[in-house]
Amino acid sequence: MKKMKLAVIGNGMAGIRTLEELLKLAPELYDITVFGAEPYPNYNRILLSPVLAGEQTVDEIILNGLDWYAENGIRLHLGKTVSRIDRVKRQVITTDGIVQEYDRLLIATGSSPFILPIPGKDLPGVITYRDIHDTECMIEAAKNYRNAVVIGGGLLGLEAANGLKLRGMDVTVIHLAAWLLERQLDPVAAGLLQQSLEAKGLQFRLGAQTSELLANDAGTRVSAVRCQDGSETPADLVVMAAGIRPNTSLAEAAGLACQRGILVNDTLQTYDPRIYAVGECVSHRGMAYGLVAPLFEQAKVCANHLAFMGIGRYTGSVTSTKLKVTGVDLFSAGAFMGGEGMEEITLSDPVGGVYKKLVLKDDHLVGACLYGDTADGTWYFKLLREGRKIAELRDTLMFGESNIGDVGHEGHNKAMAMADTDEVCGCNGISKGTIVKAIQEQGLFTLEDVRKCTKASGSCGSCTGLVEQILMNVLGTDYSDTPTKKALCGCTDHSHDEVRKSIREHHLLSQQDVRQFMEWRTPNGCASCRPALNYYLISTWPHEAADDPQSRFINERAHANIQKDGSYSVVPRMWGGLTNPAELRRIADVAEKFNVPTVKITGGQRIDLLGIRKEDLPAVWKDLDMPSGHAYGKSIRTVKTCVGDEHCRFGTQSSMKMGVDLEKMLFGMYSPHKVKLAVSGCPRNCAEAGIKDVGVIGVDSGWEIYVAGNGGIKTEVAQYLCKVRTDDEVKEYSGAFLQLYREEGWYLERTVHYVSRVGMEVIRQRIVNDAEGRRALFERLLFALRGAPDPWKAQEAAGVDWKQFQSVRLATSAEGALS
Amino acid sequence: MSLVETRETWIAVLALEDIPMPGARVLEGAAIGPVAIFRTEDQSVFALRDRCPHKGGPLSQGIVHGHRVTCPLHGWNIALDSGEAVAPDVGCAKQLSVMVENGQVYLSKAELAGVP
Repeated sequence: MKKMKLAVIGNGMAGIRTLEELLKLAPELYDITVFGAEPYPNYNRILLSPVLAGEQTVDEIILNGLDWYAENGIRLHLGKTVSRIDRVKRQVITTDGIVQEYDRLLIATGSSPFILPIPGKDLPGVITYRDIHDTECMIEAAKNYRNAVVIGGGLLGLEAANGLKLRGMDVTVIHLAAWLLERQLDPVAAGLLQQSLEAKGLQFRLGAQTSELLANDAGTRVSAVRCQDGSETPADLVVMAAGIRPNTSLAEAAGLACQRGILVNDTLQTYDPRIYAVGECVSHRGMAYGLVAPLFEQAKVCANHLAFMGIGRYTGSVTSTKLKVTGVDLFSAGAFMGGEGMEEITLSDPVGGVYKKLVLKDDHLVGACLYGDTADGTWYFKLLREGRKIAELRDTLMFGESNIGDVGHEGHNKAMAMADTDEVCGCNGISKGTIVKAIQEQGLFTLEDVRKCTKASGSCGSCTGLVEQILMNVLGTDYSDTPTKKALCGCTDHSHDEVRKSIREHHLLSQQDVRQFMEWRTPNGCASCRPALNYYLISTWPHEAADDPQSRFINERAHANIQKDGSYSVVPRMWGGLTNPAELRRIADVAEKFNVPTVKITGGQRIDLLGIRKEDLPAVWKDLDMPSGHAYGKSIRTVKTCVGDEHCRFGTQSSMKMGVDLEKMLFGMYSPHKVKLAVSGCPRNCAEAGIKDVGVIGVDSGWEIYVAGNGGIKTEVAQYLCKVRTDDEVKEYSGAFLQLYREEGWYLERTVHYVSRVGMEVIRQRIVNDAEGRRALFERLLFALRGAPDPWKAQEAAGVDWKQFQSVRLATSAEGALS
Repeated sequence: MSLVETRETWIAVLALEDIPMPGARVLEGAAIGPVAIFRTEDQSVFALRDRCPHKGGPLSQGIVHGHRVTCPLHGWNIALDSGEAVAPDVGCAKQLSVMVENGQVYLSKAELAGVP
């Protein structure tokens, strides 16, 4: 079969990235021809600055060498400029007469530096800064001349100036605006940057408009730059870095609609359906992007449509800027300049070289500009994109994420200080170096990519923040944030909240209903969404929606904890951590009868029997004759207690009784994640109630209730909820809080993360202030738990699949028959 | 397939309805070790050695979804129709032939014995 022909105009990062993505999807679909005006294969344009500065060579920044084109059967025309697109005949024609036909055309012509229309612009010694050729010209000039002027104090201009300075030239930057990098920095940060650059010997003329470039006496080369105020600056080399313009002339001449860029829709298609365009030459929804991350997102979508898969839309990118200009870290995002109706919080330490400005509007962070210390850039950008209310954080916002307490999965700010050998992901043993290498070599741009590729942060997730920071540090501006709205799993684009809402509002009662109603992409879900949906259904519609054991993780299906060798552990319930000689005797008998290899006291004041075979579980439960301890479930686990006033000379309250009552009340409660309680009889708090989901501490006049503590992955101290007088109030308040968490928490979200997501204010409002709401929550909890069956005793009522415990053995006669 | 051939090549291991759907049962006592027998929601039946290629986890205890099972130990996904781990993980759990007739699941005697 004859292949379709794909022609690509432009051999830069966007065009070739699109081909890479396309080859991954449909390697055999097209006969591909690439035209590149430069005589080099695809290289990393971002790294031209290190080349100019003498830190890297041209060879080192090549992304795809000539052999890559050959291996993939791509015809490559280097140093050939396309002069015309004939849309009727479907041909592209080069200046030297090569004619290439196409079925699909991809335009990735990039952008060109803007040349100021002033006298002398064509003199020898006047160049732009865009490609390898320009870079080589500058390196050459630095060897023979002394004075350089860079017109434009943007990122490119400053990089050129820095490079030329390092190569020994005297450099002056002439900039039209009143401060440097005016699109990325506010005047204060720019002032600090300017000072640090001046200290390195660069000179600046700000607010200056160039009017003319003067030639030397012989008229053979530029010799000076004249500004509108009449002043002259000597210059043997002039670099124009005053902005870029998308290269649209070819597309315009072919009659394609252009408007400050080639107009494309969300599939990167131009007005001619056979022609696609990506990269800096494109205008999408009125935006032209000059950063790599958006271009790569475009490439991904475009390739998908070129491959006839037709999935995916490019809907634009939110960008932040993280720059490293000559060793100084800068970060800005959003409305960092501030403005009407906005407030600013600033921290300025000019001597220490640190400046931070946060812009707030109506309790939201809307902009940030950081100079010198950008470690919290990721976090601010996240707050900004998520539009989270920051009223509670306001006091400490400026001091960064680590100062609001390491809230479990949010990570901390040490990515930059870490050595390559330092471990980032403790679960999977992944070091920083491994992650950095994967990001660089495999071209990863999102947290999800890194997770898939390296496993880092894929298990317990506590290093997620750290991995995000590493990503951002490695990629700088090219970092793509994970989307704000988190899809429940790969089977759907809907978020946890959206799924819960639909189940509630449309009275959905089965997973099949949910998947159909919400247009799941898979027929029966995956290992992530099946347990989540099952929980959402049974927690929203107790006694109505049927539990599906086949959607539960093995521990909840077998009602015991699976161990690494496939055996199970059994933890019988001991209400409030209390037991008696008869129970202990039975436990000892079971341990002997079933040859239990390990018997251990748990952290939750229980006894764990480890190493039991699955088929022995029913007999073990029967012999124990104790209730299920639910140590295996996303459910109520334990209520830990201290001795309290029954024996303790300091005790003020009956903590054991309170603990037993709470545990009996909550028996059989499934929840988004495991739930642990503790009750202490006095403020000495021997039951460690400060690190529990609900912690109750007895005081002389009643009980204090604390919520959302965590002793696990990241220790998090529980927050004070309220003080109550009676035992019944303890039950009502803590029950209502747990019901709120059950109704609104996301599956696998611990209380600490739930509360940090919605804010402690909301919790207080709904549990403490709203008495009616609290009682309603408490009643719903009691209703849901009414008659909760014990899976170790009432298998049928609890819906336990009993057959799983009967082993199926191969008939021995059959084995004999074989031989 | 004739009855005679069935008797000689295949061995009945359990009734189809004894396998939860979607879910699995484990067959003990074969020379090659435990075998996981899966039944998916589209009524397909698959058999794999009950050992995850990652760290030997019992695949029979995992959550079954589509034509895949997720290992209960570390969450690797294994394709039931090939035994191959789903990318980016790499590895393979040996797949066994299955025949279902009159509600009865049969496995190959030779494969259970590990005869190549």
